[in-house]
Amino acid sequence: MKKPVNYSGRRNFLKNLSLFAVGSIALSGCGSATMKEFLQKNFRTLSKKEKDDIIKDLEKKYTARYGKEFHVTDEPAADGVEFGYALDLSRCIGCRRCVYACVKENNQSRDPQIHYIQVLQMEKEKGIDFAHSDVHYNPDLVPEEGYFYVPVQCQQCRNPQCTEVCPVKATWQEPDGIVVVDYNWCIGCRYCMAACPYGARHFNWGEPHIPAEEINPETHYLGNRPRMKGVVEKCTFCLKRVRDGKYPACVEVCPVGARKFGNLLDPESEIRYILANKRVLVLKQELNTQPKFYYFFGV
Amino acid sequence: MKYYLSTKFKIEYLLFLSACFLIVRCSDTSEVYKLGKNEKISPGKINNAIHEEIAVTPPPFSDGVFPCNDCHAFRKPSPVRRKLEWHEDITDMFNHDSENRWCLDCHDLVKRDSLRLASGKLLDFKESYKLCGQCHGDKLRDWKVGVHGKRTGEWNGKKQYYLCVSCHNPHSPKFKSIKPEAPPFREDESIK
Repeated sequence: MKKPVNYSGRRNFLKNLSLFAVGSIALSGCGSATMKEFLQKNFRTLSKKEKDDIIKDLEKKYTARYGKEFHVTDEPAADGVEFGYALDLSRCIGCRRCVYACVKENNQSRDPQIHYIQVLQMEKEKGIDFAHSDVHYNPDLVPEEGYFYVPVQCQQCRNPQCTEVCPVKATWQEPDGIVVVDYNWCIGCRYCMAACPYGARHFNWGEPHIPAEEINPETHYLGNRPRMKGVVEKCTFCLKRVRDGKYPACVEVCPVGARKFGNLLDPESEIRYILANKRVLVLKQELNTQPKFYYFFGV
Repeated sequence: MKYYLSTKFKIEYLLFLSACFLIVRCSDTSEVYKLGKNEKISPGKINNAIHEEIAVTPPPFSDGVFPCNDCHAFRKPSPVRRKLEWHEDITDMFNHDSENRWCLDCHDLVKRDSLRLASGKLLDFKESYKLCGQCHGDKLRDWKVGVHGKRTGEWNGKKQYYLCVSCHNPHSPKFKSIKPEAPPFREDESIK
């Protein structure tokens, strides 16, 4: 008589193996905090209590890492506010003060280097022409004869393509018009970077490095809190500052006052005055991205 | 024939006026509303915005130059247009329509601690923007609404104005070139 084949041995073996694997992950050094972070849901689906817990954990983690007391907020958008930005092309001298004020405020990685603002030098004869622009110009003094400067950062489109293409909905437009990223939910596929026609999104190819003495400890969950390797980040009009009522860092640092910021829904704001009275343009208008970042000629 | 409005009619008239006013206001805000795409926006808050501006930056005098009367009280004023023997630093750099203008087009001959408008009106140094605005009216208009020049502070609250002279030297107002910050790394440098 033939003995029936016993499959249960193999099955039991596999079952035990998988139990062992799960158990060893849970018990191993990765700790409950990492596990919690791994199991965290999309930011927009979290309850108030879950958010508060996560923020408390993050504050503890960052404080330990940088040796400074850290604050992380999740201040939501205010009602009746839609942020707009205007940049005076007739004034910008290309000094790049804005680039580094932004790096400092928003805790961008110094190495590998990430800059949210690219200042493009263009020839006056050619007009706005991305193909012949130069971001690496480095003369002794600016502005240079025959050139003008076009700083480009996130254009905060009304019709953002980057959020459309995200396969996991880790990036979206907030009610005040700012496009943000949930770094914990981002899977690093970089579809958004391919979709953005302004090159405004940046990927953390390596673990970001910021000297502890240069870190800005006043942060927003969806804005300038420290990022990790493998996630995409971008300009958020200094989410932390503007939701506290302040001007973005680039506006405050500009030595020629070329940068203007305000509420598009407030008829008395500077930005509305510019839209009503100055010659205004947006970049790549033909793509129908409808930016809320306007360029204008102040003279 | 005399015609008096009855009290009742007056009240009705007032009600009608306020209704008109409300309709105008509502249509205004709805226009504003159209600008936004997001449904959450309640236009009611827009008009609560505080628009307060304070020029707190004092005029940037060089050390020891103000008050002018500390020296000028002991000197005889002369209205004759000439090259000064004093203030070489200013006469050397002076480049502000210098062919046609000189000190007393902006400074007062007698009241040395004041500026002087073309009308003869005296002006405190803190209000120097009014003096600049005599010629640069379009810039003054833009500056008042925050488009020319720079403001810091709150986008929806207290702001700090910078005076014209905080950025432009009044004796040589053209912006000086400055050294740019470092360019970004080339891509091959930044990936390690």
